Amino acid sequence: MAQLSEETLALPGDALRESVVTALRDALGEGLIDSLIKPNDDIWVRVAAASWQHAGRVLRDVVGCDYFCFLSAIDWMPSPFGRSEDDPSQPPVERDMTIKQGYTGGSTRLQVFARVASIDKHFGVTIKADVPDDAPAIDTWITNYAGANWHERECHEMFGIGFNGHPDLRNMYLPTDFEGHPLRKDFPLLARLVKPWPGIVDVEPLPGGDDEEGAE
Amino acid sequence: MSALLAVDLPYWAQSLLRVLGGTVAVLLPAGTIVYLFLFKMMSFMQSRLGPMEAGPYGSMQLFAEVGKWLQKEDIAPARADLKVFRAAPLVVLMSTFLLVAVVPFGPDAYFTDFDAGVFYLLAVSSISTLGILMAGWSSANKYSLLGGLRAAGQLIAYELPMVLAVLGVVIQAGSMNLQTIVIKQNSDSIFGWDGLGYPYILTQFVAFLVFMISVQAELTQTPFDMPIAESELVSGYMTEYSGFRFLIFFIAEFATAGVFAFIASVLFLGGWGVPFAWFGWDAMDVGSIDNWMNVAGPLVMFTKMMVLTAIIMWVRFSYPRFREDQLQRFAWKVLIPVSLVNIMLTAIFKVAF
Amino acid sequence: MTDLADRQKLSYIAAQAADARLNVELETEGMTLNIGPQHPATHGTLRIIVRLDGEQVIWAEPSAGYMHRGYEKLTEVRTFPQVTALVNRIDWLGSFANEVPFILAAEKLMEIEAPPRAQWIRTILFELSRIANVSLFLGDLGVQLGAITPVFMAFRDREYVLNLIESATGGRFHPNFDRIGGLKDDLPEGWITETKQVMKKLRNFCDEIEALLFGNEIFQSRLRGIGVIPAEVAKQYGLSGANLRASGVDWDLRRDQQLPLAYDKIDFKVWTHPDGDCFARCWIRLQETREATKIVDQLLDGIPSGPVMAKVPRIIKVPEGEAWVSTENPLGEMGYYVVSKGDLGPFRVKIRSASFNNISIVPWVLRGVYVPDVISILASLYFILGDIDR
Repeated sequence: MAQLSEETLALPGDALRESVVTALRDALGEGLIDSLIKPNDDIWVRVAAASWQHAGRVLRDVVGCDYFCFLSAIDWMPSPFGRSEDDPSQPPVERDMTIKQGYTGGSTRLQVFARVASIDKHFGVTIKADVPDDAPAIDTWITNYAGANWHERECHEMFGIGFNGHPDLRNMYLPTDFEGHPLRKDFPLLARLVKPWPGIVDVEPLPGGDDEEGAE
Repeated sequence: MSALLAVDLPYWAQSLLRVLGGTVAVLLPAGTIVYLFLFKMMSFMQSRLGPMEAGPYGSMQLFAEVGKWLQKEDIAPARADLKVFRAAPLVVLMSTFLLVAVVPFGPDAYFTDFDAGVFYLLAVSSISTLGILMAGWSSANKYSLLGGLRAAGQLIAYELPMVLAVLGVVIQAGSMNLQTIVIKQNSDSIFGWDGLGYPYILTQFVAFLVFMISVQAELTQTPFDMPIAESELVSGYMTEYSGFRFLIFFIAEFATAGVFAFIASVLFLGGWGVPFAWFGWDAMDVGSIDNWMNVAGPLVMFTKMMVLTAIIMWVRFSYPRFREDQLQRFAWKVLIPVSLVNIMLTAIFKVAF
Repeated sequence: MTDLADRQKLSYIAAQAADARLNVELETEGMTLNIGPQHPATHGTLRIIVRLDGEQVIWAEPSAGYMHRGYEKLTEVRTFPQVTALVNRIDWLGSFANEVPFILAAEKLMEIEAPPRAQWIRTILFELSRIANVSLFLGDLGVQLGAITPVFMAFRDREYVLNLIESATGGRFHPNFDRIGGLKDDLPEGWITETKQVMKKLRNFCDEIEALLFGNEIFQSRLRGIGVIPAEVAKQYGLSGANLRASGVDWDLRRDQQLPLAYDKIDFKVWTHPDGDCFARCWIRLQETREATKIVDQLLDGIPSGPVMAKVPRIIKVPEGEAWVSTENPLGEMGYYVVSKGDLGPFRVKIRSASFNNISIVPWVLRGVYVPDVISILASLYFILGDIDR
């Protein structure tokens, strides 16, 4: 039933989230770089790239997160194309290219992140790891969760991150000879290159003569 | 035939009439079945109307379909074995025409009075298996191959229950001649009451069921349509056919359904006859049967055929399909023992009573 | 592709050919069969390469990507309301359900909550999209197995639900109705009574399907014991929704997490089944459809009055942060990981779609089954191509 009383609704309290961080720190030691607990909300942890696989195993066996949600990556570099709305007839716009990572920080441009959940205790953990900039590769999670196979393939194809130990790192969606890694920020949105975004010109004013449109 | 028209026709004229009659006997049921059951009955069962545009209530839809298929391009896959590919649909349709040659439509309205009619029937009905296999192999398409091989296994497996089911009727009638079987059914009496004749469905009910199930399998209709299996094999052995050749397969499917229904009504429902006692005919003297029976007989056969085909089609639209091994298990482990027991019991009762 | 050099063209063609064989080096045993990409059994352009030994599968590999539209790249150049419109099209049968987790994630980042009336209506539309999606599944299940009649009943009864969604939101298939902070509009007059009647019709439909399909012996013999997925394997692969509950795992995101939707105010049953075979998955979806109609009835009785839109600025800039929200969508667990940098649009959106995980188990589950069972298993796992390929 949906209506559960306070004591039986196993909503994770912050004590549970703290214990996750403690368990990871005990197992990984220096490997656990940072963590963030949003009160009554969610938990993020960041581990070193070398401890990525070990962290997954700790989460699965020690913390009890047996449910694999997803694995992907984030490219923290701001897009040099902005919102791909540049007018090609104008000179290119100067943009701020400083890389600023999100929750739990980071020191590289690419970060893999994954989410696993515990079915019994009703909570999930988002775990991140830096991927070295020069040779973007990290260990595979297939040994921890069999379902990571396809997610790592997609991540490799979209971001160019290698996964050491993955048996079959083929492209998931794109043809085999596709050049480039589409989800990286320096890969342009090809549709906007082929036909530049028409821009504000096309947007009709709202009825009632309102103020300026914004980016609609 | 000459008795029907009460004129003396030369042999070539009789043959011509027989050919025409055979064509009508095959194509008319096919057309009616396709329109009434496939277009209309299926549509009403699926809460839709079916074809309504071509002709009043869509009655001309079949002609439109035939025209459409005829004007399509005749494509054959590049790697197909062309001679076999082209011959396969004709083989399948040929078996239907061969089957209808022994079905009697009236006391004198038959194509041939064949003493081993049932035997011939059962033998010839397997020719369509050959045609399906030919289509499957020559199409150079893995799906067709799968469909053809499934068909081979299934059709051969379901021949046996059909044969055994019919044997019960043959034992009861004491003859393999289909005309004799019809006459016996309409002239015999049940425990002395001859108001209904003696249709063999009453005593051979089990055999009737086995026969209808085997017919459903022989026609590769759901629930036995593994060879076609539209959601897996995209039409199975018929996948690579287009235009006129597909039309032949299509017609052959429904024509064979009609012809098997004819045969079932001959064997179990009393064929072209109404009980002779109604009109006081004598079975021994075939000439005593009035001549108008030669016209009414085909109509009676047609009605009985439509009833049986309605059942076949109804089951087709309702049931999911068996898997190939479940299908085979059903034939070998259920139908054959049941029909064997039926034969045994028929023989015992025939001797005892 | 317009003016590539000939050498490049040739290499492109060679790569396509290599894809077609999927780099299978030695094909010594068995016959390799392509199921798809154009095939009546796959819900869209999914290609599954199987290697058969007779009729038994010895190796299977799905090859997705025929419908890859690059959603995650597209979201980076759109504003938040535009992303809502885009995201409708991921699971196009139950489209309102795609918007909800994204809007909830954006609202979490903005730290606002939609007013209660909006939350209740969101939940109602969410459940209606679930009913629309799964009723098509029930009809299509028959078609995959050879029963061609139930699908017409499914479409007939699904029309009622689509008409309801259209009268409320303006769109049958792509409502685009959710907004950050609430909904676009309030419900029209008479919608509540009409919905109650439609729910009765859908319960009749569920009973019909139960009698016609699930009671059929052939149907049961085709599905029972086929494609058994144990609970541990299911959790490792991230199966969700009915697939997970069919393996006995009692996990329903509506009940097991607190989201600003109205689920905690009503009673509903979460259906599980211990078997983990195809029949269990299909049966659970049937029960869930019926349960969804009861949920809608309860929700309709208790809609609070009030505004449907919170006070949000006209031009929405979502503050910096990251948020993850996942909901129990018709296909399974769908979630959005939204990374925002304080702009008009998101910085990165990771779309976790249910069918991607559901299909990733196909190589594991298809070993050793017969070809007809391949169809049964795919039908029972129930995927939508837009959900796999995004």
